[in-house]
Parts: sequence; C-alpha cells; structure tokens
Amino acid sequence: MVDINPLVIFIASIFTNNMILSNFLGMCSFIAVSNEIETSFSLGQAVTFVLTCTSLLNYLIYNYILEPLGLEYLRYIIFIIVIAAFVQLVEMVIERYFEHLYFSLGIFLPLITVNCAILGVSLFMVIRNYDLIQSVLFGAGSGIGWTLAIVSLAGMRKKLKNAKIPKGLEGPGITLIITGIMALAFLGFSGIVQIQ
Amino acid sequence: MKEIKNIFAQGVWKDNPIYRQILGICSALAVTNLLMNSLVMGIGLMFVTGLSSFTVSVLRHHTPKHIRMMIQTLIISAYVIILDIFLKAYLPEMSKALGPYVGLIITNCIIMGRCEAYAQHNPPHLAFFDGLTMGLGYTVVLLFIAFFRELLGFGTLFGIQILGESFTPWTLMIMPPGAFFMLAIVIWIAKNIFPVQEENKGGPVNG
Repeated sequence: MVDINPLVIFIASIFTNNMILSNFLGMCSFIAVSNEIETSFSLGQAVTFVLTCTSLLNYLIYNYILEPLGLEYLRYIIFIIVIAAFVQLVEMVIERYFEHLYFSLGIFLPLITVNCAILGVSLFMVIRNYDLIQSVLFGAGSGIGWTLAIVSLAGMRKKLKNAKIPKGLEGPGITLIITGIMALAFLGFSGIVQIQ
Repeated sequence: MKEIKNIFAQGVWKDNPIYRQILGICSALAVTNLLMNSLVMGIGLMFVTGLSSFTVSVLRHHTPKHIRMMIQTLIISAYVIILDIFLKAYLPEMSKALGPYVGLIITNCIIMGRCEAYAQHNPPHLAFFDGLTMGLGYTVVLLFIAFFRELLGFGTLFGIQILGESFTPWTLMIMPPGAFFMLAIVIWIAKNIFPVQEENKGGPVNG
C-alpha cells in the first residue's frame, strides 16, 4: 500500500497527472469527438461514470479473485471483459429507464469500451498498488480531468473555425498543437501535488 | 508478389497508421521520449498485430458475425499477455519503463482496425504480412519522433552521448508537450509529402 492521502490522488489526477495531458490516454476519441462543447461534455460524463465504477470493480476482482489464485497475468483479459460487460450493462439500463439520457449519452457508451483511458486507469491502479478508496478516487479524478481537458479543447476548437490554418495542419495537426499548449499550461499546476 | 509489395507500400508509407489514419497515437506519444523504448514498443506491436491478424484470418470462417469483436479482443489480449510475460522475464528494466503501455496495446486501435478491415476478408499469409507492415509503419514513425525527442531532450541517441557537454537539453521535449508538438509536426510534413486525395473517410474513433 502506498501512503498517499486519497484526496491528494484525486486532485493530482485532475490537474498534475491528467490522463490526456500527461499520460496520453484516451487520445483517439479526444481528437475525434472534441468538435462540440455539448457532445464532449456528455462523453466526459459517460467516461467519468464508467471510470469510477470499473476501477472499483477491477480493484475488487484483482485483489480478491486474481491475486489469491495467482492469476495476475490474466488481468488484461479480465479487465477488458469487465469494462466491456459493464458498459453493455449501463447501456441497457439507460436505454430501458432513462430514455432522455440515452439520446445524449447512450451513443457514446460503445465507444468507451475501447477508450484506453479506462483500461489505463485500471492498469495504473495495479502498478501503483492503490487501496480501495485510493483506486475509486483515482478513477473519478481521472474522469473529471479527462472531461476538463476535452471540454476546454472543444471550446478552443470552436474559435478555430474562423481562423486561417496552414492546409497541412488542418484537423488532427492543429488539435495536437493546441493540446500541446494546454499540456504546457497544465505543467504550471505541477507544483501543487505530485504522485509519481 | 505484387500484392505483398502493395501491402508494404500501404502500411509503411501511403496509409501509415499514425500520420494518415491517426490510430494508436496514445502509445506513440507516451513511449517516444527514448529511442530504445520506442524500438521495443514497435517490435512488440509488430509481433501482436502480425499474429493477431493471422489468427483472426485463420478463424474467419468459424467466427459468428455478431460476437467477432469480442473474439478479436480475446485473441489480441492473449498475444499481449505473451508479450508482457516475455518482457518481464528477459527485459525487466524495459518492462518497468513501458509500464501500463504494454497492456494498452490491447486498446491500440491499429490492431483492431486491421483485424476488422483486412484480416476479416483475406487469407492468413496476407493478413499476417499486412499486420506486420502496419506495425512496421508504426515503428518507423515512433523512431522518427523518438530520434528528435531524445536528441534534443537528453542530447543522446540510444543512451549514447551525441551532442556534447556544452549542449543544454531542451527539457520540454521529453515532457508531454514536446510529444504533442512533434506528432503535429510529423502529421504536417506527411500531409505535405502525400497530399490527401480523398476527404477523411471517417475512420474508427477509438482508443
């Protein structure tokens, strides 16, 4: 067990160890879906929810099933199955009981299964030896940090529509440069708290 | 033979997974601060893409359509586990440096993309070669980015001092922003060398 206050982990995973800006996880959907502020916000919410729940589930499965049985090497398969199954379940529940939510959130759910931020958080949690509360707060913080980054990127890309960009940089190129500048700005937070 | 040549050109140059399809860039950004890391990651990815394309192709007539994604994921995870155990046993230092990014090969969309787009409809030997060259294209770009990041960030190449004592390392290059800027520059150069013929095909949007 590492002895870090769970709240420190929570804050750090939003600002200093942001999933996108310092660990590069979840880049593909980050670039593809960041055109509109509303859709990015919905996707961010879905990611945060799934991240929090799957980090809890994966923690329980890893520590109470895989480790006692000595099957740690199976964690990749198990984690990805848990994530896929959980996303499927959430999609069915939302479709059945919260119809209005389904139209704003539901379409993003299948996308989330392959979002590497989700699997990444579970793997980091194992590597860094977090305990239960630390893991859940780490998951939630990472999700909020991801949302923060994608919503701010969407806001900036909106203004870009009127800007003159060199032909070759249009699309992914300029998005990456903006992300780089955002990562620079987030480096300013690095003095607050630090986890690894 | 002509077919193989064609696949090779597609994977490494014309349809390179990173700068043309914008796939699998998470790991491309994360491991490129050192050339050695990128090389190991690239070889690992070639191993996984090649063999999982091969396996998917061998099983293509026996896989029910609606659960094929799940089966592909399982095949990919199996190879990733082999790779992970291999690295832990023979290159423990490297395994520690790459950390979770070895496991994240599973969600690297290059592999899934090739399984879906190519291995699903083609015979095993071609699928294997296709996966391998896509992995090679990925490795080439990774090494290109890592070359500049390591040279400017540490003044070294493969850990050997190149730029001498008087050179002040650009710390920015080994930090995350450097990775974003370098990849953007690579995409920019590539777009100028190979102008896009058709508009964005709306490729898959996953991790």
